[in-house]
Amino acid sequence: MNSYIPLTHGDLLLASIFLAMNAVFSILLSLRLERQLIVSALRMITQLFLVGLVLKTIFALSSPWLTLLAAAVMVAFAGREIWARQDRRLRGMWGIGLGGTSMLLAGMIVTVFALTAQIQPTPWWSPQFALPLFGMILGNTMTGVSLGLDTLHTALHRERAAIEARLLLGSTRWEAVSAVHQRALRSGFTPIINSMAATGVVSLPGMMTGQILSGVDPQEAVKYQILITLLIGGATGLGVLAATFASVWRLTDSRERLRLDRLAAAHNM
Amino acid sequence: MSALRIERLATGLIGPISFDIAAGECLALMGPSGAGKSLFLRAIVDLDPNTGNVTLGADARANMAASEWRKRVALVPAESGWWADRVRDHFPAKSDARELIDKLDLAGALEWEVARLSSGERQRLAIARALCRKPQALLLDEPTASLDDHATGLVESLIRECCREGMALLLVTHNRQQAGRMAKRLLRMSEGRIDQLAKTVP
Repeated sequence: MNSYIPLTHGDLLLASIFLAMNAVFSILLSLRLERQLIVSALRMITQLFLVGLVLKTIFALSSPWLTLLAAAVMVAFAGREIWARQDRRLRGMWGIGLGGTSMLLAGMIVTVFALTAQIQPTPWWSPQFALPLFGMILGNTMTGVSLGLDTLHTALHRERAAIEARLLLGSTRWEAVSAVHQRALRSGFTPIINSMAATGVVSLPGMMTGQILSGVDPQEAVKYQILITLLIGGATGLGVLAATFASVWRLTDSRERLRLDRLAAAHNM
Repeated sequence: MSALRIERLATGLIGPISFDIAAGECLALMGPSGAGKSLFLRAIVDLDPNTGNVTLGADARANMAASEWRKRVALVPAESGWWADRVRDHFPAKSDARELIDKLDLAGALEWEVARLSSGERQRLAIARALCRKPQALLLDEPTASLDDHATGLVESLIRECCREGMALLLVTHNRQQAGRMAKRLLRMSEGRIDQLAKTVP
Protein backbone atom coordinates (compact mmCIF):
# COMPACT_ATOMS: atom_id res chain seq x y z
CA MET A 1 0.00 0.00 0.00
CA ASN A 2 1.68 3.17 -1.20
CA SER A 3 -0.60 6.11 -1.77
CA TYR A 4 1.79 8.92 -0.94
CA ILE A 5 0.72 12.13 -2.71
CA PRO A 6 3.52 14.68 -3.09
CA LEU A 7 2.64 18.37 -2.61
CA THR A 8 3.61 21.16 -5.00
CA HIS A 9 4.61 24.68 -3.93
CA GLY A 10 1.35 25.85 -5.46
CA ASP A 11 -0.54 23.66 -2.97
CA LEU A 12 1.24 25.41 -0.12
CA LEU A 13 0.44 28.82 -1.51
CA LEU A 14 -3.21 27.82 -1.80
CA ALA A 15 -3.21 26.58 1.77
CA SER A 16 -2.16 30.00 3.00
CA ILE A 17 -5.40 31.59 1.75
CA PHE A 18 -7.23 31.28 5.06
CA LEU A 19 -4.31 32.69 7.01
CA ALA A 20 -4.21 35.62 4.57
CA MET A 21 -7.92 36.07 5.18
CA ASN A 22 -7.24 36.30 8.90
CA ALA A 23 -4.70 39.02 8.20
CA VAL A 24 -7.30 40.97 6.22
CA PHE A 25 -9.81 40.61 9.07
CA SER A 26 -7.17 41.80 11.48
CA ILE A 27 -6.71 44.98 9.42
CA LEU A 28 -10.47 45.53 9.03
CA LEU A 29 -11.13 45.06 12.74
CA SER A 30 -7.91 46.95 13.68
CA LEU A 31 -6.72 44.01 15.81
CA ARG A 32 -3.12 44.89 14.84
CA LEU A 33 -2.29 41.20 14.70
CA GLU A 34 -1.57 41.13 10.95
CA ARG A 35 2.12 41.93 11.30
CA GLN A 36 2.77 39.26 13.95
CA LEU A 37 0.64 36.78 12.02
CA ILE A 38 2.58 37.26 8.80
CA VAL A 39 6.00 37.40 10.45
CA SER A 40 5.44 34.19 12.40
CA ALA A 41 4.04 32.40 9.37
CA LEU A 42 7.07 33.45 7.32
CA ARG A 43 9.35 32.33 10.15
CA MET A 44 7.65 28.95 10.28
CA ILE A 45 8.01 28.51 6.52
CA THR A 46 11.68 29.54 6.41
CA GLN A 47 12.65 27.46 9.45
CA LEU A 48 10.95 24.34 8.11
CA PHE A 49 12.45 24.69 4.63
CA LEU A 50 15.87 25.10 6.21
CA VAL A 51 15.35 22.12 8.50
CA GLY A 52 14.26 20.08 5.51
CA LEU A 53 17.43 21.05 3.70
CA VAL A 54 19.64 20.31 6.71
CA LEU A 55 17.99 16.95 7.35
CA LYS A 56 18.27 15.97 3.71
CA THR A 57 22.01 16.76 3.77
CA ILE A 58 22.53 14.89 7.04
CA PHE A 59 20.61 11.86 5.77
CA ALA A 60 22.58 11.88 2.53
CA LEU A 61 25.98 12.11 4.23
CA SER A 62 24.93 9.59 6.88
CA SER A 63 27.84 10.38 9.21
CA PRO A 64 27.69 9.45 12.92
CA TRP A 65 29.52 12.66 13.86
CA LEU A 66 27.19 14.88 11.89
CA THR A 67 24.22 13.10 13.47
CA LEU A 68 25.72 13.68 16.91
CA LEU A 69 26.33 17.33 16.08
CA ALA A 70 22.72 17.78 15.01
CA ALA A 71 21.56 16.14 18.26
CA ALA A 72 23.86 18.45 20.24
CA VAL A 73 22.37 21.53 18.56
CA MET A 74 18.87 20.29 19.45
CA VAL A 75 19.94 19.79 23.08
CA ALA A 76 21.41 23.29 23.21
CA PHE A 77 18.16 24.87 22.01
CA ALA A 78 16.07 22.77 24.38
CA GLY A 79 18.39 23.57 27.32
CA ARG A 80 18.07 27.26 26.58
CA GLU A 81 14.29 26.83 26.49
CA ILE A 82 14.19 25.12 29.91
CA TRP A 83 16.26 27.95 31.30
CA ALA A 84 13.98 30.60 29.78
CA ARG A 85 10.81 28.96 31.12
CA GLN A 86 11.77 29.23 34.79
CA ASP A 87 10.76 32.24 36.80
CA ARG A 88 13.52 31.66 39.35
CA ARG A 89 16.67 29.90 38.18
CA LEU A 90 19.72 28.45 39.83
CA ARG A 91 22.61 30.88 39.83
CA GLY A 92 25.59 30.50 37.54
CA MET A 93 26.22 27.54 35.26
CA TRP A 94 23.78 25.44 37.28
CA GLY A 95 20.92 27.50 35.84
CA ILE A 96 21.32 26.14 32.34
CA GLY A 97 23.42 23.06 33.13
CA LEU A 98 21.16 21.23 35.56
CA GLY A 99 17.97 21.20 33.49
CA GLY A 100 19.89 20.63 30.27
CA THR A 101 21.91 17.72 31.65
CA SER A 102 18.85 15.98 33.14
CA MET A 103 17.00 16.29 29.86
CA LEU A 104 20.03 15.15 27.85
CA LEU A 105 20.64 12.09 30.03
CA ALA A 106 17.02 10.98 30.04
CA GLY A 107 16.54 11.68 26.32
CA MET A 108 19.76 10.01 25.29
CA ILE A 109 19.30 6.83 27.33
CA VAL A 110 15.76 6.33 26.05
CA THR A 111 16.59 7.17 22.42
CA VAL A 112 19.60 4.86 22.29
CA PHE A 113 17.55 2.12 23.92
CA ALA A 114 14.75 2.50 21.37
CA LEU A 115 17.20 2.52 18.44
CA THR A 116 19.18 -0.49 19.55
CA ALA A 117 16.47 -2.66 21.09
CA GLN A 118 13.25 -1.93 19.20
CA ILE A 119 13.48 0.00 15.94
CA GLN A 120 16.95 -1.34 15.05
CA PRO A 121 17.78 0.49 11.83
CA THR A 122 21.16 -0.18 10.17
CA PRO A 123 23.33 1.44 11.32
CA TRP A 124 21.55 1.90 14.64
CA TRP A 125 22.37 5.64 14.77
CA SER A 126 20.97 6.18 11.29
CA PRO A 127 19.99 9.91 11.31
CA GLN A 128 16.69 9.31 9.55
CA PHE A 129 15.50 7.42 12.63
CA ALA A 130 17.67 8.87 15.39
CA LEU A 131 17.01 12.58 14.88
CA PRO A 132 13.19 12.65 14.63
CA LEU A 133 12.96 10.20 17.53
CA PHE A 134 15.38 12.20 19.68
CA GLY A 135 13.55 15.40 18.77
CA MET A 136 10.16 14.12 19.88
CA ILE A 137 11.55 12.71 23.12
CA LEU A 138 13.56 15.84 23.81
CA GLY A 139 10.64 18.19 23.19
CA ASN A 140 8.42 16.43 25.72
CA THR A 141 11.16 15.95 28.30
CA MET A 142 11.94 19.65 27.97
CA THR A 143 8.35 20.57 28.82
CA GLY A 144 8.31 18.27 31.84
CA VAL A 145 11.68 19.37 33.19
CA SER A 146 10.96 23.07 32.81
CA LEU A 147 7.57 22.75 34.51
CA GLY A 148 9.04 20.66 37.33
CA LEU A 149 11.92 23.03 37.99
CA ASP A 150 9.75 26.13 37.73
CA THR A 151 7.27 24.72 40.26
CA LEU A 152 10.07 23.58 42.57
CA HIS A 153 11.94 26.86 42.60
CA THR A 154 8.85 29.02 42.99
CA ALA A 155 7.53 26.87 45.82
CA LEU A 156 10.86 26.67 47.67
CA HIS A 157 11.04 30.43 47.57
CA ARG A 158 7.46 31.03 48.62
CA GLU A 159 7.41 28.38 51.33
CA ARG A 160 10.74 29.13 52.86
CA ALA A 161 9.27 29.83 56.32
CA ALA A 162 7.41 26.50 56.39
CA ILE A 163 10.43 24.53 55.17
CA GLU A 164 12.77 26.20 57.64
CA ALA A 165 10.25 25.57 60.42
CA ARG A 166 10.62 21.84 59.74
CA LEU A 167 14.40 22.09 59.60
CA LEU A 168 14.38 23.95 62.92
CA LEU A 169 12.40 21.13 64.52
CA GLY A 170 15.04 18.61 63.46
CA SER A 171 13.89 17.38 60.04
CA THR A 172 16.44 16.52 57.40
CA ARG A 173 16.47 18.53 54.19
CA TRP A 174 14.67 15.78 52.24
CA GLU A 175 11.91 15.53 54.86
CA ALA A 176 11.56 19.30 54.99
CA VAL A 177 11.14 19.78 51.24
CA SER A 178 9.20 16.56 50.57
CA ALA A 179 5.80 18.22 50.10
CA VAL A 180 7.21 20.85 47.76
CA HIS A 181 9.24 18.26 45.89
CA GLN A 182 6.18 16.06 45.36
CA ARG A 183 4.28 19.02 43.97
CA ALA A 184 7.12 19.77 41.53
CA LEU A 185 7.23 16.13 40.41
CA ARG A 186 3.49 16.08 39.91
CA SER A 187 3.52 19.23 37.82
CA GLY A 188 6.36 17.86 35.67
CA PHE A 189 4.47 14.58 35.09
CA THR A 190 1.05 16.09 34.46
CA PRO A 191 1.37 17.06 30.75
CA ILE A 192 2.49 13.61 29.65
CA ILE A 193 -0.12 11.85 31.80
CA ASN A 194 -2.85 14.10 30.40
CA SER A 195 -1.68 13.68 26.84
CA MET A 196 -1.49 9.88 27.15
CA ALA A 197 -5.03 9.82 28.51
CA ALA A 198 -6.38 12.02 25.69
CA THR A 199 -4.40 10.47 22.85
CA GLY A 200 -6.58 8.83 20.23
CA VAL A 201 -9.81 10.12 21.74
CA VAL A 202 -9.40 13.87 21.76
CA SER A 203 -6.34 14.22 19.55
CA LEU A 204 -4.68 12.16 16.86
CA PRO A 205 -0.94 12.49 17.43
CA GLY A 206 0.92 14.41 14.72
CA MET A 207 3.39 11.66 13.98
CA MET A 208 0.72 9.03 13.47
CA THR A 209 -1.33 11.41 11.32
CA GLY A 210 1.75 12.08 9.22
CA GLN A 211 2.41 8.39 8.68
CA ILE A 212 -1.19 7.73 7.72
CA LEU A 213 -1.15 10.67 5.27
CA SER A 214 1.98 9.24 3.68
CA GLY A 215 0.25 5.95 3.07
CA VAL A 216 1.20 3.77 6.02
CA ASP A 217 -1.37 1.26 7.26
CA PRO A 218 -3.11 2.90 10.27
CA GLN A 219 -2.52 -0.16 12.43
CA GLU A 220 1.22 0.07 11.75
CA ALA A 221 1.16 3.82 12.40
CA VAL A 222 -0.58 3.18 15.71
CA LYS A 223 2.14 0.75 16.80
CA TYR A 224 4.78 3.36 16.09
CA GLN A 225 2.80 5.94 17.99
CA ILE A 226 2.42 3.69 21.02
CA LEU A 227 6.14 2.97 21.02
CA ILE A 228 7.01 6.66 20.81
CA THR A 229 4.48 7.67 23.46
CA LEU A 230 5.78 5.05 25.90
CA LEU A 231 9.34 6.24 25.28
CA ILE A 232 8.33 9.88 25.70
CA GLY A 233 6.54 9.11 28.96
CA GLY A 234 9.57 7.21 30.26
CA ALA A 235 12.05 9.88 29.27
CA THR A 236 9.94 12.70 30.69
CA GLY A 237 9.65 10.91 34.02
CA LEU A 238 13.36 10.19 34.23
CA GLY A 239 14.21 13.76 33.25
CA VAL A 240 11.85 15.33 35.79
CA LEU A 241 13.06 13.02 38.57
CA ALA A 242 16.73 13.72 37.82
CA ALA A 243 16.24 17.47 37.49
CA THR A 244 14.18 17.98 40.65
CA PHE A 245 16.35 15.73 42.82
CA ALA A 246 19.50 17.47 41.57
CA SER A 247 17.96 20.88 42.16
CA VAL A 248 16.83 20.05 45.71
CA TRP A 249 20.32 18.74 46.37
CA ARG A 250 21.81 22.00 45.04
CA LEU A 251 19.38 24.25 46.95
CA THR A 252 20.06 22.57 50.29
CA ASP A 253 23.31 21.48 51.89
CA SER A 254 24.71 18.72 54.06
CA ARG A 255 24.12 20.81 57.22
CA GLU A 256 20.39 20.56 56.44
CA ARG A 257 20.04 24.17 55.33
CA LEU A 258 17.86 25.72 52.68
CA ARG A 259 20.27 27.54 50.35
CA LEU A 260 18.07 30.01 48.54
CA ASP A 261 21.17 32.17 48.07
CA ARG A 262 21.90 29.78 45.20
CA LEU A 263 18.66 30.78 43.52
CA ALA A 264 18.58 33.94 41.40
CA ALA A 265 15.91 36.58 41.87
CA ALA A 266 12.70 36.27 39.89
CA HIS A 267 12.54 37.86 36.49
CA ASN A 268 9.42 38.74 34.62
CA MET A 269 8.51 36.06 32.15
CA MET B 1 21.75 19.77 81.69
CA SER B 2 24.33 21.63 79.70
CA ALA B 3 25.64 25.09 79.01
CA LEU B 4 25.64 26.64 75.54
CA ARG B 5 29.04 27.99 74.54
CA ILE B 6 29.47 30.19 71.49
CA GLU B 7 33.02 30.82 70.23
CA ARG B 8 33.89 33.27 67.48
CA LEU B 9 30.66 32.66 65.62
CA ALA B 10 30.57 34.68 62.41
CA THR B 11 28.80 34.90 59.05
CA GLY B 12 29.40 37.30 56.17
CA LEU B 13 27.21 39.85 57.95
CA ILE B 14 27.74 39.39 61.70
CA GLY B 15 30.33 38.50 64.30
CA PRO B 16 32.65 37.22 65.45
CA ILE B 17 30.62 36.72 68.61
CA SER B 18 31.60 34.73 71.72
CA PHE B 19 29.81 34.13 75.02
CA ASP B 20 28.39 31.39 77.24
CA ILE B 21 24.96 30.71 78.62
CA ALA B 22 24.88 28.48 81.69
CA ALA B 23 22.41 25.62 82.04
CA GLY B 24 19.20 27.06 83.45
CA GLU B 25 20.25 30.63 82.73
CA CYS B 26 18.25 33.18 80.78
CA LEU B 27 20.33 35.67 78.83
CA ALA B 28 18.64 38.63 77.13
CA LEU B 29 19.89 40.07 73.85
CA MET B 30 18.77 43.55 72.84
CA GLY B 31 19.65 45.95 70.07
CA PRO B 32 18.14 48.05 67.30
CA SER B 33 16.32 46.48 64.35
CA GLY B 34 18.80 45.40 61.70
CA ALA B 35 21.57 44.81 64.24
CA GLY B 36 21.78 41.16 63.16
CA LYS B 37 20.11 39.53 66.18
CA SER B 38 17.97 37.19 64.09
CA LEU B 39 20.91 36.32 61.83
CA PHE B 40 22.93 35.51 64.92
CA LEU B 41 20.25 33.11 66.18
CA ARG B 42 20.08 31.46 62.75
CA ALA B 43 23.87 31.02 62.81
CA ILE B 44 23.75 29.31 66.22
CA VAL B 45 21.38 26.63 64.89
CA ASP B 46 23.44 26.40 61.68
CA LEU B 47 20.61 27.54 59.41
CA ASP B 48 22.94 29.89 57.51
CA PRO B 49 26.55 29.14 56.55
CA ASN B 50 28.85 30.30 59.35
CA THR B 51 32.24 29.85 60.96
CA GLY B 52 33.14 29.31 64.61
CA ASN B 53 32.32 26.74 67.25
CA VAL B 54 29.21 26.14 69.26
CA THR B 55 29.07 23.50 71.96
CA LEU B 56 26.30 22.23 74.18
CA GLY B 57 27.85 20.79 77.32
CA ALA B 58 30.55 18.45 76.02
CA ASP B 59 29.07 18.05 72.55
CA ALA B 60 30.40 20.18 69.70
CA ARG B 61 27.98 21.17 66.99
CA ALA B 62 30.53 20.23 64.34
CA ASN B 63 30.49 16.58 65.49
CA MET B 64 26.75 16.29 65.19
CA ALA B 65 24.27 16.11 62.31
CA ALA B 66 22.53 19.46 61.95
CA SER B 67 19.13 17.84 62.46
CA GLU B 68 20.34 16.32 65.74
CA TRP B 69 21.78 19.66 66.86
CA ARG B 70 18.48 21.47 66.22
CA LYS B 71 16.59 18.95 68.31
CA ARG B 72 18.79 19.99 71.25
CA VAL B 73 19.17 23.68 70.45
CA ALA B 74 15.79 24.97 69.29
CA LEU B 75 15.11 28.29 67.60
CA VAL B 76 11.66 29.88 67.49
CA PRO B 77 11.88 32.67 64.90
CA ALA B 78 9.79 35.84 65.10
CA GLU B 79 7.70 34.69 62.13
CA SER B 80 6.66 31.07 62.54
CA GLY B 81 6.29 28.74 59.57
CA TRP B 82 3.52 26.12 59.17
CA TRP B 83 3.56 23.33 56.65
CA ALA B 84 0.28 21.49 57.23
CA ASP B 85 -3.34 22.64 57.41
CA ARG B 86 -4.08 21.45 60.93
CA VAL B 87 -2.26 22.54 64.09
CA ARG B 88 -2.13 18.91 65.26
CA ASP B 89 0.11 17.86 62.37
CA HIS B 90 2.88 20.15 63.60
CA PHE B 91 3.23 18.34 66.90
CA PRO B 92 4.77 14.91 67.50
CA ALA B 93 2.10 12.28 68.19
CA LYS B 94 3.58 11.25 71.52
CA SER B 95 4.36 14.38 73.49
CA ASP B 96 3.00 16.55 76.24
CA ALA B 97 1.77 18.99 73.58
CA ARG B 98 -1.73 19.19 75.05
CA GLU B 99 -0.41 20.05 78.50
CA LEU B 100 1.88 22.79 77.14
CA ILE B 101 -0.89 24.26 75.02
CA ASP B 102 -3.23 24.33 78.00
CA LYS B 103 -0.66 26.25 79.98
CA LEU B 104 -0.59 28.88 77.23
CA ASP B 105 -4.37 29.28 77.47
CA LEU B 106 -5.02 27.65 74.09
CA ALA B 107 -6.95 24.56 75.20
CA GLY B 108 -8.29 22.66 72.19
CA ALA B 109 -5.93 24.40 69.75
CA LEU B 110 -4.62 21.07 68.45
CA GLU B 111 -7.89 20.66 66.57
CA TRP B 112 -7.74 24.12 65.00
CA GLU B 113 -6.78 25.07 61.47
CA VAL B 114 -3.56 26.99 60.98
CA ALA B 115 -5.15 29.39 58.49
CA ARG B 116 -7.54 30.65 61.17
CA LEU B 117 -4.93 31.32 63.87
CA SER B 118 -4.29 34.89 64.99
CA SER B 119 -0.69 36.07 65.03
CA GLY B 120 -0.62 35.79 68.81
CA GLU B 121 -1.93 32.22 68.68
CA ARG B 122 0.67 31.31 66.07
CA GLN B 123 3.41 32.74 68.22
CA ARG B 124 2.37 30.79 71.32
CA LEU B 125 1.83 27.56 69.40
CA ALA B 126 5.26 27.91 67.77
CA ILE B 127 6.81 28.09 71.24
CA ALA B 128 4.81 25.07 72.42
CA ARG B 129 5.84 23.19 69.27
CA ALA B 130 9.51 23.77 70.08
CA LEU B 131 9.20 23.06 73.83
CA CYS B 132 7.37 19.74 73.45
CA ARG B 133 10.50 18.38 71.75
CA LYS B 134 12.42 19.00 75.00
CA PRO B 135 15.37 21.10 73.78
CA GLN B 136 18.32 21.65 76.10
CA ALA B 137 18.75 25.20 74.86
CA LEU B 138 16.11 27.53 73.46
CA LEU B 139 16.59 30.63 71.32
CA LEU B 140 13.56 32.91 71.22
CA ASP B 141 13.24 35.79 68.75
CA GLU B 142 10.75 38.33 70.12
CA PRO B 143 8.46 35.64 71.50
CA THR B 144 5.80 38.00 72.85
CA ALA B 145 5.79 40.72 70.19
CA SER B 146 2.12 40.25 69.32
CA LEU B 147 0.84 39.14 72.73
CA ASP B 148 -1.19 41.00 75.33
CA ASP B 149 -0.01 41.25 78.93
CA HIS B 150 -1.90 38.17 80.07
CA ALA B 151 -0.53 35.92 77.30
CA THR B 152 2.96 37.40 77.73
CA GLY B 153 2.81 36.43 81.41
CA LEU B 154 1.82 32.86 80.52
CA VAL B 155 4.69 32.51 78.04
CA GLU B 156 7.19 33.97 80.50
CA SER B 157 6.18 31.67 83.31
CA LEU B 158 6.26 28.59 81.07
CA ILE B 159 9.75 29.46 79.87
CA ARG B 160 10.90 30.22 83.40
CA GLU B 161 9.67 26.78 84.42
CA CYS B 162 11.78 25.17 81.66
CA CYS B 163 14.84 27.14 82.74
CA ARG B 164 14.37 25.88 86.31
CA GLU B 165 14.65 22.38 84.84
CA GLY B 166 18.02 23.35 83.34
CA MET B 167 17.24 24.71 79.87
CA ALA B 168 19.58 27.47 78.67
CA LEU B 169 17.64 30.39 77.17
CA LEU B 170 18.72 33.17 74.84
CA LEU B 171 15.94 35.74 74.61
CA VAL B 172 15.94 38.41 71.92
CA THR B 173 13.54 41.15 72.93
CA HIS B 174 12.81 44.81 72.31
CA ASN B 175 11.06 45.01 75.65
CA ARG B 176 13.35 46.33 78.36
CA GLN B 177 10.92 45.35 81.15
CA GLN B 178 10.75 41.80 79.81
CA ALA B 179 14.53 41.55 79.78
CA GLY B 180 14.49 42.74 83.39
CA ARG B 181 11.83 40.22 84.42
CA MET B 182 13.41 37.24 82.69
CA ALA B 183 17.19 37.68 82.56
CA LYS B 184 19.96 38.31 85.02
CA ARG B 185 22.41 39.20 82.28
CA LEU B 186 21.90 41.39 79.21
CA LEU B 187 23.88 41.71 75.97
CA ARG B 188 23.58 44.56 73.51
CA MET B 189 24.12 44.07 69.83
CA SER B 190 24.59 46.58 67.04
CA GLU B 191 25.92 46.36 63.51
CA GLY B 192 26.49 42.66 63.80
CA ARG B 193 28.62 42.77 66.95
CA ILE B 194 28.07 42.41 70.66
CA ASP B 195 29.08 45.89 71.78
CA GLN B 196 28.66 45.48 75.48
CA LEU B 197 29.78 42.52 77.49
CA ALA B 198 27.15 40.74 79.45
CA LYS B 199 26.19 42.84 82.38
CA THR B 200 23.77 42.36 85.19
CA VAL B 201 20.35 43.71 84.40
CA PRO B 202 19.78 46.72 86.67
